[in-house]
Amino acid sequence: MLGWFWLIPALPLASAALLALFRLPRRAVALLGAGSVGLSAAVCLAIGVQFVLAPPPTGGLGLSLWGWLAAEGLAVPATLYLDGLALAMAVVISLVGFLIHLYSTSYMAGEQDYRRFFALMNLFVASMLLLVLADSLLLLFLGWEGVGLCSYLLIGFWYRQGEARGAALKAFLVTRVGDTGLFLGLLLLATSLGTLGLQQITRQVPLSWAVGSAPAVAAAALLLAGAVGKSAQLPLQTWLPDAMAGPTPVSALIHAATMVTAGVYLIARAWAVFSLAPQVLFAVAVIGAATILLAGSSALAQRDLKRALAYSTMSQIGYMFLALGVQAWQPAIFHFATHAFFKALLFLAAGVVIHELGGQQDMMRMGGLWRRLPVTFWTFLVACLSMASLPPLTAGFFSKDWILNAVYESPRGGFWLWLAAVVGVMLTSAYTFRMLFLVFLGSPRAQTAHGEGLHGGARGEGGAAILIPLLVLAVPAALLGYVETPKFLGDIRLFAGFLGTALPGPPAERVSTELLLLIPSDVAGLAGLGLAYLAWRRLGRAPVALAARVRGFWQSGWGFDALYNVLLVRPFLRLGQWTRGDVVDRFYDLVAAGNRLLHRLLSLWQGGLLRRYVLALALGAAVLLALVVML
Amino acid sequence: MNAIAWISGAVAVLATLLAVTRRRAIHCLLYLILSLLAVAVLFSTLGAPLAAALEVIVYAGAIMVLFLFALMLLDLRAPGQEEGAGGGRSLVPWLGAGILGAVLLAEMLYVLLRAPGGGPAQVAPAEVGAALFGPYLLAVELASFLLLVGLVGAFHLGRPEPKGESR
Amino acid sequence: MSALAVGLVTAGTLFVLGLAGVLVRRNTLIMLLSIEVMLNAAGLVFVLAGSRWGQPDGQVMFLLILALAASEVSVGLGLLLQLHRRTGSLDADRASRLKG
Repeated sequence: MLGWFWLIPALPLASAALLALFRLPRRAVALLGAGSVGLSAAVCLAIGVQFVLAPPPTGGLGLSLWGWLAAEGLAVPATLYLDGLALAMAVVISLVGFLIHLYSTSYMAGEQDYRRFFALMNLFVASMLLLVLADSLLLLFLGWEGVGLCSYLLIGFWYRQGEARGAALKAFLVTRVGDTGLFLGLLLLATSLGTLGLQQITRQVPLSWAVGSAPAVAAAALLLAGAVGKSAQLPLQTWLPDAMAGPTPVSALIHAATMVTAGVYLIARAWAVFSLAPQVLFAVAVIGAATILLAGSSALAQRDLKRALAYSTMSQIGYMFLALGVQAWQPAIFHFATHAFFKALLFLAAGVVIHELGGQQDMMRMGGLWRRLPVTFWTFLVACLSMASLPPLTAGFFSKDWILNAVYESPRGGFWLWLAAVVGVMLTSAYTFRMLFLVFLGSPRAQTAHGEGLHGGARGEGGAAILIPLLVLAVPAALLGYVETPKFLGDIRLFAGFLGTALPGPPAERVSTELLLLIPSDVAGLAGLGLAYLAWRRLGRAPVALAARVRGFWQSGWGFDALYNVLLVRPFLRLGQWTRGDVVDRFYDLVAAGNRLLHRLLSLWQGGLLRRYVLALALGAAVLLALVVML
Repeated sequence: MNAIAWISGAVAVLATLLAVTRRRAIHCLLYLILSLLAVAVLFSTLGAPLAAALEVIVYAGAIMVLFLFALMLLDLRAPGQEEGAGGGRSLVPWLGAGILGAVLLAEMLYVLLRAPGGGPAQVAPAEVGAALFGPYLLAVELASFLLLVGLVGAFHLGRPEPKGESR
Repeated sequence: MSALAVGLVTAGTLFVLGLAGVLVRRNTLIMLLSIEVMLNAAGLVFVLAGSRWGQPDGQVMFLLILALAASEVSVGLGLLLQLHRRTGSLDADRASRLKG
C-alpha cells in the first residue's frame, strides 16, 4: 500500500492534463478538479494511517521512478521519498487543497475561464506535492519551479487587468532572484557531494564537511536565498502583498497554506546542511524575527483585508523561520500545519465577505457582518483565536508556544529572539482582532446594495460548497494543537513521534520554564486584543499626525517597494532606455555607414565634369608610376 | 650644342607655361606655336632634322592653324568669358595641379634618367624614309586610315544642323 | 648634362604643364590645346629615344603621333563646335548633366 504514494502527486497532475486538453462541461470540470485533489487527499490519509500503524523500518520509503539523468560524475534518478515529514506536508497540502478546490467550485462559478482555473490549480497542487515528496533535489526543484509558474499564472488569472499582470510579474521576478540562489546551491551540492538525493546528502554531509566550513556555509546560504524568495521573507518579501490581486482561493491555497511554506520545507529537509552552518542558521533566525516584526506592524496598518492577511502570512512564516533558525525543526513544521488550516480558513472566510459585499476589500467600509454571515463569523473567530494563539481551544496556541519555548532555550541570542517573538505575538493578536472587529462587529459601514455578489452568485453566505470547507477547516484550526502539547498539559507527543525519524527534535524543555514562558506570551496576546479593541472603539476620531506618518510607513510595508524601485527598477529601466537603439546593431550599422561614405566620396568623381575625370587619370598615372619607381 | 639645347628647352618650357596660363585664347595659341618652334630647334640639336621639319610643318603649321580656324569660327566676344561665373583667377587649382604635376614629373624623371646615357646620334631623313617604306609600311597605311576617319568625323561634326535633326 | 638629358627634362616638364592645363582650365579649347602640348611632349621623348639609339624608329613613331594628333584635333574641334552650339559656351563644367 505504501508503495502507491506516487499517486498522490500523479492524480492532480493527470487531472490538470485532462482539463487542459479537453473542453469539458462545467460539472465535469468541477468534479475532476476538486475530485482529483480529494482523491489524492484520501490516498494520502490512507497511506498516513498505514504509515502510523506499520512504519517502514528505516523510517521512510524510497521510490525510484525512472533514470532521468545519468551523466558522468552525477546521476540524478527521479526518486520519491516518503517519511514522516513528507507525509505530514502532503496530508496538509492535499487536505487543505481539496477543501479550497471544493470552495472554488462555487466561488468561481461565475468565471468564464472556469476550466483554466481548475487546470492551473490542479497543476499547482501536483507540483507542490511533487516538491514535498521528492527525494532528489532536482525533482524538488522541478516542483519548486512548477509552483512558481502556477503562482504566476494564477495571480495573473484575471490577466486582462493591469494590476494582476503587474503583480504576477513582480511575484515571479522576485522569487526568481531566490530561485537563482537555490539553483546555485544545488550545483554546489552536486559538484561537492556528487549526488542530489536528499537522503544521501543527509547521511553524507556530516562526513564530508566540517561545522562552519566554507562549502557548508555557502550551500546553506544559497538554499536560504531560495527559501527567502519563495516564502516572502526579508528581503524578498515585496511580492506577497501585491499577489493578492489574484482570486481569493488562489490566495488561500498558494499564498497562505502551501507555496509560501515551500521555503520552510526546504530548510527543514536540508537540516543536515544547515546544521553544519551555524552562521546561516543564525541568519535564518534573525530574518524570521525581523520579518515577524516588519510584517506584523505592516499588517496593523492595512486597509485592504487581503493585504492584511498577506502580511499576517508573512509574519507567521517568520515564526517558522525563527524556529528553524534555532534548530527547532519539528516545532516549525508543526506551526506550518496549524497555520495552513487557520490561514486557509481566514482567506476563505474573507472571500465570502468580499463576495457578499460585491467586491469590496476595504476593511474601513465593512462592519456588522456577523449577523448576515453567521457561519463565516464563527469560523473566522475560531481562526483568529488560533492565529493570536490564545488558549485553550486553538491550535495556534500550542504550535506557537512550542516555538517560543524552543527559541528561549536556544544558546545563541535566545533571549532577544524570544523577546522579538513575544512582541510579535502582541502584534499578531492586535492585527488579527482588528480585522475581526472591523469586518464583523460594530455597525455596518458597507455601502453596497443587497443583491448580486461578485461572481454572479446569489447573495447570502453560500451553498454547501462554500460552507463545508469553512466548517471542516475550523476543526483542525481549533483542535490540531492537541496532538502535541507541552509537558505540563499532558505531554502528548504524537506529532514529534511522527516526525521523529525525519527530523531531530528540539531540546527538551523543563516544566518550570514552560510555565514561566507561558505568562509573557499570553499577556502579550491579551494585550494585543485589548489594543485592538481600544483602537476600534476610537474609530472615527482623528489620528495624531505622527501616528499617521508611522501608519503610512507601516502600510507600505516599511517602504521596501520604494527602496527597490530606486535601487533596482529605475536603473534597469534606464539601462533599457539607453540600449533601446539596439547597441549591437550599431556596430553593423557602421558597415553600412562606411559604405555610404565611400559611395558619397566616389560619386564625387562622377560629376560629369571633364576636369575631374582628367584629374582621376592623372592621379592614377602618378600612383602607377610611383609603384614602378618603388619596385 | 648643349647650349642651344638648353636655351631651346628653356624657351619651350617658358612658352608652354605662358600658353597654359593666358586668359585670351589667341594668346595661348601663339605662345604654343612659339613652344613648338622651340621644340623643333631641340629636335635639330638632337640630330633629328626630319622630325624638326615635320614639327614645324605639321604641328605648328597645320594643327595650330586648325585651332586658329576654330577660334575664328567660334567668334568669341569677350575674353575670358568662358572661364565661368567665378571670374577671378584663383591660384588654388593651380596649386593642386602643380603638386600633382611635380609628383608626376619627379617620378618620370627618376625613371627616365636612370638609363645609361648615350650620345645624340644623327639620324638622317633618308633612314627614316627607308624605315617608313620598309618595316613600317603597314603603320603608314593605318595612319592614312586614321586621317580619313578624322576627316569624315570632322566633316560630320562640323556641319550646321539641318532643321528637325534629333539629338 | 647631355643634350639628351636636357631633352628628357624638357619633355617631362612640358607634359606636366600640359596636364596642369587640362586640369585647371575650363575653356575647352584651351584644354584641347593642353592635350596637344602633352602629345608633343610624348613625341619629343620618342625622338629622344631614337636619337639615343641612333635608329629611325623614334622619328617614325613621332610621325605616327603627328598623324594621330592631326586627326584627333580635327575631330576634337568638331566636337568643340557642337559643344558651343548646344550649351552656348565653351565652359567644360557647364556640359555636365550628372548630379553626382
